[in-house]
Amino acid sequence: MKLTREATEYLTVGLLAAVLLAFTMTLDPFRLNNVGKYLSFGFVAIGIVLTWGYGGVLSLGQGIFFGLGGYMMAMFLKLEASAPELPDFMVWSGIEALPVWWEPFYSLPITLVLIHLIPAVGAYLFAYAIFRKRVSGVYFAIVTLALAMTMTVLIVGAQSTIGGANGITDFRTFLGMDIVDDASKMVLYVLQVLVLFTVMLAALKLTNSRLGKILIAIRDKEDRVRFSGYNTAHVKAAVFALAAVLSAMGGAFYSLQTGLIAPSLIGVVASVEMVIYAAVGGRLSVPGAVVGAILIGFLKSYLSETFPEYWLYFLGSIFIFVVLFMPKGLAGFFDRLRVGRALGGEAR
Amino acid sequence: MGNFTRRGFIRSGGSLVLLGVTAGIGLKTTNVFAQDTVKLGLLHSLSGTIAIAEASLVDAERLAVDEINAAGGVLGKQIEVVIEDGASENPVFAEKARKLLERDKVAAIIGCYTSASRKAVLPALRRAKGLLYYPTYYEGQERDDHVIYTSQEATQSVIAAVEWLAREKGKTFFLVGSDYIYPRVCNRIARATIERLGGTVVGEDYAPLGHTEFSSVISRIRSTKPDCVYSTVVGGSNVAFYKQLVASGLDGKRQTLLSTVVSENEIDGIGRDTAEGYYACMGYFQSIESAQNERFVKAFRAKYGENRVIGDPMQVAYNSVYLWKLAVERANSFDPDKVLAASGGIELDAPEGTVRIHDTNHHVWKKVRVGRARADGQFDIVWESTDLIEPNPFPTI
Repeated sequence: MKLTREATEYLTVGLLAAVLLAFTMTLDPFRLNNVGKYLSFGFVAIGIVLTWGYGGVLSLGQGIFFGLGGYMMAMFLKLEASAPELPDFMVWSGIEALPVWWEPFYSLPITLVLIHLIPAVGAYLFAYAIFRKRVSGVYFAIVTLALAMTMTVLIVGAQSTIGGANGITDFRTFLGMDIVDDASKMVLYVLQVLVLFTVMLAALKLTNSRLGKILIAIRDKEDRVRFSGYNTAHVKAAVFALAAVLSAMGGAFYSLQTGLIAPSLIGVVASVEMVIYAAVGGRLSVPGAVVGAILIGFLKSYLSETFPEYWLYFLGSIFIFVVLFMPKGLAGFFDRLRVGRALGGEAR
Repeated sequence: MGNFTRRGFIRSGGSLVLLGVTAGIGLKTTNVFAQDTVKLGLLHSLSGTIAIAEASLVDAERLAVDEINAAGGVLGKQIEVVIEDGASENPVFAEKARKLLERDKVAAIIGCYTSASRKAVLPALRRAKGLLYYPTYYEGQERDDHVIYTSQEATQSVIAAVEWLAREKGKTFFLVGSDYIYPRVCNRIARATIERLGGTVVGEDYAPLGHTEFSSVISRIRSTKPDCVYSTVVGGSNVAFYKQLVASGLDGKRQTLLSTVVSENEIDGIGRDTAEGYYACMGYFQSIESAQNERFVKAFRAKYGENRVIGDPMQVAYNSVYLWKLAVERANSFDPDKVLAASGGIELDAPEGTVRIHDTNHHVWKKVRVGRARADGQFDIVWESTDLIEPNPFPTI
């Protein structure tokens, strides 16, 4: 039975990837680019499924890592777009030499390594320090929330070196390839779907592994796991770091897809929204979380285009509805439908 | 065996169906071209933190559109507005600008308020060869091929304001601003002007955006005793800044303070009593006495209510629609490239008086004025530039 349940999950992930690839044929370039943007939040949502759904660790600061990934990719793209000059916002602020910490981002390989390494190491050390003190639950969530706020303030204050409230915008090429035209956006989209597919498979593999079981055990009764000799702080910090890396990947794709990164994507609102993606899709379902991210992203675009003055009321109502009536998200809802039907069948 | 697939399948398969349906809705909304209308995009924050200042620009723009439509439209076509909410977030502005340009195929966009949002839409404009009218005073340092900047850039208001202060109020200055690009650029211009006039800067301070605790700044103002305070504190921070100034005894009667960002709209938020006596330098004040302005204020109030106030950016937003109309008529085309090419030298008899689009730099020649806030939230205009001031977005400082 176990193997077959696993098989279904893998099948769903495959199907989702197929649907996403099929979008390249049915959607116009503008919508496709929008879906690409939503998908970058899909990475974050998968990370939240792992830490929150499985590990029981709620982070309201995933935007920090999303921002780290996004900003690092943006720095690379900006340097390429403005070479050999300094980035434009530095020129306006009267900066005359590139800050030293920008130097590594001339190189794509180094940028890619840093996008993964900095969030991973940062998140692990931060989380381990906190979990070792046995701080968890809502207290951990508050600490992450505060960090997200701090990070926004720091970036907004650093107008001259990182673009401040304006963020970093106006990228033109990626390794010499034009990233503004439709054809290259299409290539980028396909690449992103493939990477997301791989990440979903890896996440499923993890949840079905021994580590996945330990995570669930920690979530449900951390003391007992600790008494059995596990270093639960280490396990939780490691999963948190993994989620951070996924967020950073999403952020990097976001910069590529939208052509800008801004402090508003790091802050509290953005971070809480990321949790909502996972909650709507289903926090125990890897593909569910991705669907949640796409669905909410789409609703935001669609509702605000159709009702520019009232769309927030609709969106708010949907969130309230989901929390009240679908506590396990869409995935849980469809699960319950099936159970209901099965019960009906038995009665007959 | 039959059980397992169904369970998981329905679970995730169901969400896939939903996804397909939503994608279908997305496809349905395609363009319908109507021959007798032309689309004009209005892109401002209707929600989020900036909406309090920005949302009313849409009202002014719609008034202009209604007037133009009633008078027969542009080149015989009625204007159809497409409103989008930028939601005070740069990425949303970028997405909506693309939507307006590529899906709605608008002839032009009037939009944006913060520089951040303008910067975010530039790539979309360049890509679609679009046209944006940007109706807010800003720091300059930009001249994009696809943007017409219809408000005063920094040098137009700052130099005039500092010269007026030095002439009328004294030559020691304290500069205070929110910490982002507009105040930093303005203060660089102010400093250069003050030095040229033989004055001195006794202090320069920046508070983080959204800051509400100004006691240390105020105590520095008290100890340095400047003749004039030049403020570029923006947004909600002004409520705290002005209130704390008044509470510490530096009210509008005892301390000369001039801001280039506080219009009638901001005064409504700060409180009319609190703001009384402080100065502002703007292109437009609601209290300007002219037939054009009287007609404009009357029309605006008839449409939106008697208690609405009109600040500088709203009036500029209103002008922007007309400046676009004039350029379209001169070009005899809605094509953005041709409209841009025809824009240089266009003159409009606006509520603030004559404004003229610069021949080359996409900004406008305009007058600026210094006003002193009254107890009723309006300004007494105490000085007005004699000539139109040339825009100079890239000053050499």
